[in-house]
Amino acid sequence: MGDRARGGPRGCGRAWLILALCALYSTPTLTGVLPEDTAEVLVDHYSGDDQKVEGRTWLIRKKFADAFDVQYSRSTDVVSGASVAVRITGASPYIEQRTEDNVSMQYLRGKTTYTVGFIHSYEPDYTSNTTTYSISQDMFGDLTTVSMTYKREWDAIFKMIKECGVAQSPCPDSDFVKVHDPAFGRKQMDERSYGFGVTQILSRNAILAINYDLITDEGFISNPYRAARYLDPTVARGWSLEPEVYPGTRTSNAIGGDIKYYLPYRAALDLQYRYYQDTFSIHSHTVQLSYTQPWRHWTFDASARYYVQNQADFYSDLFPFAGSQNFVSGNQDLSAYHSYSFGLGATYQFGIPHVSWIERSTANIRYDRLMTDYQNFRYWLATDPAAGINPGEEPLFSLRANIYEFYLSLWF
Amino acid sequence: MFALRAVRAVRAVRAGARASERPQRGRRALAVALAAGSIAIALAGCSPIEPWVKPYQREHLADPIMSFDRHPASSAYLDHVYSVRQAARGGTGATGGGCGCN
Repeated sequence: MGDRARGGPRGCGRAWLILALCALYSTPTLTGVLPEDTAEVLVDHYSGDDQKVEGRTWLIRKKFADAFDVQYSRSTDVVSGASVAVRITGASPYIEQRTEDNVSMQYLRGKTTYTVGFIHSYEPDYTSNTTTYSISQDMFGDLTTVSMTYKREWDAIFKMIKECGVAQSPCPDSDFVKVHDPAFGRKQMDERSYGFGVTQILSRNAILAINYDLITDEGFISNPYRAARYLDPTVARGWSLEPEVYPGTRTSNAIGGDIKYYLPYRAALDLQYRYYQDTFSIHSHTVQLSYTQPWRHWTFDASARYYVQNQADFYSDLFPFAGSQNFVSGNQDLSAYHSYSFGLGATYQFGIPHVSWIERSTANIRYDRLMTDYQNFRYWLATDPAAGINPGEEPLFSLRANIYEFYLSLWF
Repeated sequence: MFALRAVRAVRAVRAGARASERPQRGRRALAVALAAGSIAIALAGCSPIEPWVKPYQREHLADPIMSFDRHPASSAYLDHVYSVRQAARGGTGATGGGCGCN
């Protein structure tokens, strides 16, 4: 009796184990595919709102030992000028360099791909380290790919101030040096990100990708240079600045869909949509339509993107008085606005004579025009009570930016 | 009088028994449904699912113009440009780090 009682559940457990294994083993095991070996060199230029960003990126991706793939990229941005956020706080134009190193490795086993990665980004006032882990699985006859990603980021934030490098008063312009502000110290921000994605072949001509990301931040999530403004009748212009105060956490959810369709005359149409919401009460929608048309050695791309968001619940262009709320922000990125961008690109495919190990190579050029119209962020510097422009009556701010990219790609 | 009480008592006991059987019946039905479902999934799992787009029918999907990310360096750069100027983040399958947002 005792043996039967013990043996019964054990036998049943074996049966369930076999059934469970059968359920998991839904497709015959074939081998997945790693990305092609690639090298890219990218030169980019951004100009808008009195700010310029010159960037260089190079990327290399190589397979080895049949099952491994390693990718490394390095990006350098040189930011110069003074954006509206800098100008309204009275700071002077600056030059700053940001460098990002990104390394990742993929391991392919059967139809499962494991990826680990590390990103290090350095600016004099912002250091960031990120680790990523992801797993993806091809299934149902390679019609479906399911992926899960976990990302952990540790950021250190400083505030730079100008200090005279010599004991001389007044300090010559050439002797000013930028140092960390000891009063501000070192602030930290930690971020965790959980991602889930599905790529699904719908038909012989259509493929769909759906991505969901939950991102949560904790720590100093404000910007040390930005400020909020409030009505101040004691000064001539009628307003003054106070430091921004943000909540200590922020959690966001974003879900995006991307459907790509192959047209009958060898061209591709791509429609993307993303919905975003976060604990700042921001909701946004992004829609992008792209079209790709090959012609002989050329491939032409055109895209249009529309973005709209409402304001964060603690944002205001003009607070009634100092310290009027627990949390205050005058950051235009948290205001209500909509943004359009249009892009055009051309790719020329060419061969390199006498270099047999390069399978194909392309030269690419792309231009994007970004236009953002803010609905409740005004150009604060336009205040002029003498001319009848009182605080809150300034023209609304708008951003017009040009983005140029030139890059070479090699497949080997 | 005693007979009437006895009949009521018997009815009460039967009603109680029926009431106590109801959850058991529900659990049994759930167990049967779960077993049937698991067996159906398992049997489906043991026989490979037939892809409705066969590998030899994927020439259009394999065309480089159908890639979601033809130029990774360029798409990462544009994603960074947007993410530092707009509140939304994530949902695009891209990964980045750092700020560059002053």
